[in-house]
Amino acid sequence: MTTTATPLDVETVRADFPILGRTVREGKRLVYLDSGATSQRPRQVLDAERAFLETANAAVHRGAHQLAEEATDAYEAARQKVADFVGVDYGEIVFTKNATEGVNLVAYAMGNAAAAGPEAERFRLGPGDEIVVTEMEHHANLVPWQQLAQRTGATLRWFGVTDEGRLDLSDVDELVNERTKVVAFTHQSNVLGTVNPVRALVDAAARVGALTVLDACQSVPHGPVDFRALGVDFAVFSGHKMLGPSGVGVLYGRRALLEALPPFLTGGSMIEMVQMASSTFAPPPQRFEAGVPMTSQAVALGAAVDYLNAVGMDRVAEHEHLLTEVALRGLAEIPGVRVVGPTEAVDRGGAVSFVVEGIHAHDVGQVLDSLGIAVRVGHHCAWPLHRRMNAAATVRASFYLYNTLDEVAALVEGVREAQRFFGVA
Amino acid sequence: MQLQQMYQEIILDHYKNPHGRGLRDPFDAESHQINPTCGDEVTLRVKLDGGTVADVSYDGQGCSISQASTSVLTDLVVGKPVDEAFRKMDAFVELMQGRGQVEPDEDVLEDGIAFAGVAKYPARVKCALLGWMAFKDAVARSEGARA
Repeated sequence: MTTTATPLDVETVRADFPILGRTVREGKRLVYLDSGATSQRPRQVLDAERAFLETANAAVHRGAHQLAEEATDAYEAARQKVADFVGVDYGEIVFTKNATEGVNLVAYAMGNAAAAGPEAERFRLGPGDEIVVTEMEHHANLVPWQQLAQRTGATLRWFGVTDEGRLDLSDVDELVNERTKVVAFTHQSNVLGTVNPVRALVDAAARVGALTVLDACQSVPHGPVDFRALGVDFAVFSGHKMLGPSGVGVLYGRRALLEALPPFLTGGSMIEMVQMASSTFAPPPQRFEAGVPMTSQAVALGAAVDYLNAVGMDRVAEHEHLLTEVALRGLAEIPGVRVVGPTEAVDRGGAVSFVVEGIHAHDVGQVLDSLGIAVRVGHHCAWPLHRRMNAAATVRASFYLYNTLDEVAALVEGVREAQRFFGVA
Repeated sequence: MQLQQMYQEIILDHYKNPHGRGLRDPFDAESHQINPTCGDEVTLRVKLDGGTVADVSYDGQGCSISQASTSVLTDLVVGKPVDEAFRKMDAFVELMQGRGQVEPDEDVLEDGIAFAGVAKYPARVKCALLGWMAFKDAVARSEGARA
């Protein structure tokens, strides 16, 4: 990992996040280790959303009054910021409700390709075609593909996961073959923390002409990501995991593909010409943004991008890498604790999931909560992965730029406290 | 400390030494219940004998709250008429959904009153009710099978 000139100043960062100053459970200082589920928002993001609503709010892409102009400009400026942030062009960014909707947009649009024109030929699926996913997917990048396979008669296949929590690519040439139409996979596992070899999968897909769909929910918020350099065809991520609001997500699609892709949701804003019997559609990205979009949320997401850029994504990644290393080392020293996922901070992000022998994850989480430490417990929307890793449920601590080494120490001490409380130490 | 309020000794005892655990024959009906937010599950069998709950047996995996609650369930309902077992279930559900505002009746709920502290944690209420939902379902299935 390259080292930035000056490391992230975590106390300065924390001062921007009002919620981090509160206490929970009878006066305990909040230790927020659940950013993998949703991140907290700095004042700059909250202020940007409020400022937009107080000065420029209007329905975008309709109306010719001044507010409509200003609202549209703010909304489209946010699109440009997001595009720059992930290394792609303005017209390749579609705002969605969330990342889940982004995956569904692609899957449903592919399902609609059967009834679309010849330009949509490459999106058509039918019996004999194959969709490839991985065993480490979040349900959001699994269930939509299961459904698409069921609707079209295509076959769903998947890469397995090794005991260490890495993708098993040993059968890549068999799995990704001339029948493969889509390869959908996560950039960074929300459970294991594993960072997948995107290039290897993109190359395999390219050899057989399959489309790639990247779940970037856990990567874009945490380090520099360039979709063009990665070479993926589609990618999704969410606003609320990167200091932005909930209610806005992002779909990236390579321009030539978005231009040929049939619509998913239809209605206002996404049309070119409407007659009583039929309609034609606007070019992308408008074709995929039916109805009045989430405007203040998109504007605030633009502010979140500004915030992250000002801190520097290299710094964010470096900071989280340190926290992850220390957490892995601390947990490894506790007898009876098993980290589910890579135990070395190599090709690995800051989601650290673990089980404590003799104590159910819910119960560990309850003890941590009583100490003011917020973690996630359960299967984290990755049930098949938990089965594969022989864990009914795990405790997940996930870090972000505002977390401190003291908080990592509190987590480790909290796990020891849980062992004492349940008498398994 | 709040933690002790929730994890009463009674609950931890039932968790460590569960009553009636293990699936047994004969049985009239079986129910499998899953908590989709955490993946906890219980399989529970009911044997009825002329309107009385003759046996409840179960297996599953889950947190201390769900396992202890199912253990308490067997104490409360086995040997009781079905309508009385259901009254106890209703009382337990009312306690769990009461956000800590319901005063439990020890004559009705016995060890079940220990779960009063759990009711203050909405995320854990489902855990406490998992086995009870399986019991309700299994009784409905066995009565349906006879009807």
